[in-house]
Amino acid sequence: MATTADPGKPPVAQRAQRPPDIKSVPVRHYGTWVFAAIVIYLAVAVLVSLAKNPNMEWNVVGEYLFKPLTLRGVVVTIELTIIAMLIGGIGGVVLAVMRLSKNPVLGVIASFYIWFFRGTPVLVQILIWGFLGALYPTIFMGLPFMGIIFGSWETSAVIGAFAAAILGLGLNEAAYDAELVRAGIISVSPGQSEAALSLGMPWGMTMLRVVLPQAMRIIIPPFGNNTISMLKTTSLVSVIGGNELLTRLQTVWGQTFQIIPLLVVACIWYLALTTVFSIGQYYLEKHYGKGHSRKSEAPKKQKKQPAGLATKLENGASAIPEEHR
Amino acid sequence: MSEPMVLAENVWKSFGSNVVLKGVDMRVEKGQVVVLLGPSGGGKSTILRCINHLEKIQGGRLSVDGTLVGYHERNGKLYEMTTRKVAKQRSAIGMVFQAFNLFPHMTTLENVTVAPIRVKKQSHQEALEIGTKMLTRVGLADRADYYPSQLSGGQQQRVAIARALCMQPKLMLFDEPTSALDPELVGEVLDVMKELAETGMTMVVVTHEIGFAREVADLVAVLDGGVVIEFGPPSQVFDNPHDPRTAEFLSAVL
Repeated sequence: MATTADPGKPPVAQRAQRPPDIKSVPVRHYGTWVFAAIVIYLAVAVLVSLAKNPNMEWNVVGEYLFKPLTLRGVVVTIELTIIAMLIGGIGGVVLAVMRLSKNPVLGVIASFYIWFFRGTPVLVQILIWGFLGALYPTIFMGLPFMGIIFGSWETSAVIGAFAAAILGLGLNEAAYDAELVRAGIISVSPGQSEAALSLGMPWGMTMLRVVLPQAMRIIIPPFGNNTISMLKTTSLVSVIGGNELLTRLQTVWGQTFQIIPLLVVACIWYLALTTVFSIGQYYLEKHYGKGHSRKSEAPKKQKKQPAGLATKLENGASAIPEEHR
Repeated sequence: MSEPMVLAENVWKSFGSNVVLKGVDMRVEKGQVVVLLGPSGGGKSTILRCINHLEKIQGGRLSVDGTLVGYHERNGKLYEMTTRKVAKQRSAIGMVFQAFNLFPHMTTLENVTVAPIRVKKQSHQEALEIGTKMLTRVGLADRADYYPSQLSGGQQQRVAIARALCMQPKLMLFDEPTSALDPELVGEVLDVMKELAETGMTMVVVTHEIGFAREVADLVAVLDGGVVIEFGPPSQVFDNPHDPRTAEFLSAVL
């Protein structure tokens, strides 16, 4: 029977029209509502008890939150974090590339470094750098065993508390970041470096231009994680008088005994900084994720094409190099 | 006769205990298109990768355009080339892979210009001009600002060919360039390769496209078990093979 003769069905053209969206009664998740109510009830109870607790001394929190002393500590904490992560990140890339290179000497050096710095507590490393003067009272520059000395300085003058903190945190971080970068490099398909090599790129350029930019996509999330971890690890340098946020607040509560409110001040600042760093991480991930989403729109108008090129091409220019025509 | 573009003499190659090439002999003259056929595991891709020194050979001699691949010869002694020299050698040989291997973090235009700028030290202007020419050549000038993930497989492979051509190579190697493509996209890539062959480019192509071999190849080599079992013009290899294994292989693919 021909379809047109079927009286029960509308004509084909009409059937192809999009029907209106389905209207239906959604499933009610009553359990979720009950659970949310309980959680809100408990959260309010905790907040009220904190707010009403006289030992919190909220006025002290408010007083110290934006005091110049606190703000200077915050600045040092940010400086320590950023510089230590720069040393860690760059050192990590160098160590990872050393470990993956075909040069066995570089590989052994990198492996030893990672073994040593991951194998000892970072607190111990900070202390060693802080008290390096006890081990070597003077530092000299020259060639060992040959008696050639260009100059010498007192250790404590060269490596102050800030420098010791940077060295302790940064060099330790480099060992961890090395493994992270190595994981990222390994994750890039070997076909990528083969393609780069077959274009005549030397090994170093292949790493720098092709492999590492792709590894970054894998590296950034855990690196952001390490940065946030570092933000709080900086508080360890209080043992050598590092002058960052927690050290400064510690000296205050050493005199005033307002421990709890000052710890709250510290927590508020660490949380704020973590939030800011997380936002930065989001944008870094977006940058290194380019080219990895099919959903991305067609590119914007070309801007790099030199004027006159299009017309030249229209004149029937062959794209095959001269010698092959 | 001038130097052959590719000359393989008794080339041996093994991966551990697995011997893949067992004395391959091959001669590709300048301007010739040679298609390598044969069952998988026969050594087609391996010999191609050896020509580009992505794999090191363990025996025999392999030279491109009269120069040994990966070695200097002085007073009858072989000296390994430094990686920089190897890179220089590779820059004159284009290679196209089964999996395209475009750089996903670069746009199409960046993909085709990065090596000319960084390796050949061309000016940006020059590299951009040649790059755009090559993209026009493979019919993708309008995709210059797209990322590889925004292109179809056939388009990606055409960009990969353009990328190799931008280095103005004297020899092009194709490692199963259409094997990863949907059937309806194979034609556009083969067309580009056909046109390239017509311009006189020397090409060594590993493929299963018998039609392409028949139409475009000057010579067809059949590899099986790590040796060349058949080497000659397509008409002879396809219609009148010497080796029974060739006939067997052809009946399986045709």
